[in-house]
Amino acid sequence: MPSVSKNRGMPNPAIEIESLSKEYPYGFLHLKKKMSLESLSMQVQRGEVFGFLGPNGAGKSTTIKLLMRLIFPTSGTARILGKSIEDVSMHREIGYLPEQPYFYDYLTVAELLDYFARFHRLRAADRQERVQRMLKKVGLDTAKKIQLRKYSKGMLQRAGLAQAILHDPEVVVLDEPMSGLDPLGRREVRDIILELKKEGRTVLFSTHILSDAEMLCDRVGVIVGGKLKGVGTPGEMVGIQTQGMEILFEVDSTTKKSALLERATKTGDRYRVHLPEAELYGALDELKAAGARILSVAQIKPTLEEFFMNLVDADRAQANAVEVSEQ
Amino acid sequence: MTNVWIVARNTFREAVRDRVLYNLVFFALLMMGAAILVGQISIGIEQSVIISLGLTAVSVIGIFIAVFIGVGLVSKEMEKRTLYALLAKPVERWEFLLGKYAGLVMTLTVNTAAMAVGLYVALWSVKHPLERSDWYVLVAVYLILLKLALIVALAMLFSCFTTPFLAILFTAGIYIAGVFAEDLRTMQVVDMTPATMKLLKGISYLLPNFENFNVMGAVAHARGVPGKLVLQDTWYAILYGTVVLAAAAVVFSRRNLK
Repeated sequence: MPSVSKNRGMPNPAIEIESLSKEYPYGFLHLKKKMSLESLSMQVQRGEVFGFLGPNGAGKSTTIKLLMRLIFPTSGTARILGKSIEDVSMHREIGYLPEQPYFYDYLTVAELLDYFARFHRLRAADRQERVQRMLKKVGLDTAKKIQLRKYSKGMLQRAGLAQAILHDPEVVVLDEPMSGLDPLGRREVRDIILELKKEGRTVLFSTHILSDAEMLCDRVGVIVGGKLKGVGTPGEMVGIQTQGMEILFEVDSTTKKSALLERATKTGDRYRVHLPEAELYGALDELKAAGARILSVAQIKPTLEEFFMNLVDADRAQANAVEVSEQ
Repeated sequence: MTNVWIVARNTFREAVRDRVLYNLVFFALLMMGAAILVGQISIGIEQSVIISLGLTAVSVIGIFIAVFIGVGLVSKEMEKRTLYALLAKPVERWEFLLGKYAGLVMTLTVNTAAMAVGLYVALWSVKHPLERSDWYVLVAVYLILLKLALIVALAMLFSCFTTPFLAILFTAGIYIAGVFAEDLRTMQVVDMTPATMKLLKGISYLLPNFENFNVMGAVAHARGVPGKLVLQDTWYAILYGTVVLAAAAVVFSRRNLK
C-alpha cells in the first residue's frame, strides 16, 4: 500500500469538527427532542491515530455517522481534508467501517470488494489486484468464494475493514473495529491500524476498550452523554488517574515477618499488596530486606467501568449543581 | 450515471441470486396446464383464453414482484444497514436510489420477457402457425412492463419515508385506486355537490391511471393497439415515473439513517 506521508506537516487538520450537534425528535408527534450530541468541536491531525472513547450511547457512532453523512446535523459543521462533509467527492479519500457491518447476502467477499472498488473508478486489473491483496491482509483469502450470508460476525468485520481500506484512503474512520473479533482478530486489526499509521494515514476509531486506545492512539477524545469531556494523549486522559501501585511477590520459609506481608492478599502461592505510589520504594526495600522475591510491580489503573462511571458521575453531579443553582 | 449503473447491476445480480426469477417456474406450469386444458374445453377460442390468462399472469406476478421487492429495495438496505458502507463511497443518495430502481426494472424486464416467451410457446401449442395479430401480445407485454416500472417507483417513494408494511399498503392502495381512476373522473352520484365532483376529478388526475396500460381485451380478440396509445402511455409512464422518483430522491436525500 502506498504511503501518504507526503501529507504530513500540511497545515490543515485531517478532520475538523465545529460545534456539531444532533437532536433526535421522539414521542407520538415528534414534539420532544433528545440531544444525542452537544456542540462537539475537535480536530484530528493528519497522520495521527485518534481514539474516540466513551461508553455505549455516549455519541461516538452519532459523530461518525454525521461525518459520513448518514445522518444530518441539527447544527454545526465539519470538514475532512479541508472539504465540507456535504461534498460527496470528499469520500474518495475516506475509508469507513460501520459498527457491526452487514453486507449483501448473496455476494462473495471478493464480489463485494470489487463492487465497492468500482465506485472509486479503479480499472479491472487494479481492482482484481487490490481485492486479492486486501483479502490476504484481513485473512479472508481462504473464504473468498463463500457468500457473505454464511459469514460469522468476526468475518463480516474483517470484510468491512477490507472495504474500508481497499482504495488507499488518506483518512480511515472505523466505528468499533474490534467489536465481534476474537483475540487473534483483535490483534490483526491492531496491526492493520498501526500499519496505516506507519503509512502516514489518519485513523479515527471509536472504542470503549481502554487498552486498545492506550496501545494504538496518539491522542484520544473522551465523550460521555453527548459531550466531549476532553482530548489528550491516552496517558493524560486515562493513565493519569493511576490509583496506586501493586507489588506481586513470593515468600518462602526463610522470609522474615514484615508488616507488608500482613497487609498483602494471598492468591495461591503469591502475595499482592496495593499501596500509594509514594510508598513504593520504601515497600520494595522492606520486602527485599525480608527476603521476599519480587515478581512484578504495576500501576493500578481504573477499570473501564470505573473510568467511565467516574465521568458519568461527574456529569450528573454537574447537572445537579446547575439544577440547584437555577432553583 | 456510472454509479447508477454499478448499483443497478448489483441489484439485478442480488435479485437473480435471491431466486426472484423462480416465479417463472410457476408461470411455465400455469401456461402448460392452460394449454392442455384449453384444448379440451374451449373449442374455437383457445387463442383468446391463452392470451387472456397469460397476460393476466404476467401482470399479477409482475405486480407482486414490483410491490414487495420494490418496497424492500431501500427499506431492507436501511434495516440491515448494508447501505452504510455504500453511502460512505463517492455516491450521491439519488444515484443509489436510481440504481436500485433501474436494477429492479432490469429484473422485471428479464422476468416479463421470459414469461412472454412462455406465453408464445403455449399459444403456439394450441394454434400454429402464429398469425400477425398474435404479435400484438408483445405490445400488451410492453405496456404491462411500463405499468410495473411505475409501480416500482411508487413502492420506492413510500418505502423512503414509512415502514415496509405501510409502504406495501400505500402502493397497493394507489394501484387499486389508479385502476379505477377513470371511473372516479366520470362518477356521477345523484346528490353529489359540484365541489365534490371537482375534487374527485382532481384526485383522479393526480392518481396514476393504470387502466391506460390495459389492452388485454383488445389483444385477446386479435384487435390491434393504436401506435398513438403506445406512445402516449410511454410518455405518461416516463413523466409520472420521473416525478415520483424525483420525490423519492428528495425524501431519501434528507433522511437520517438509524
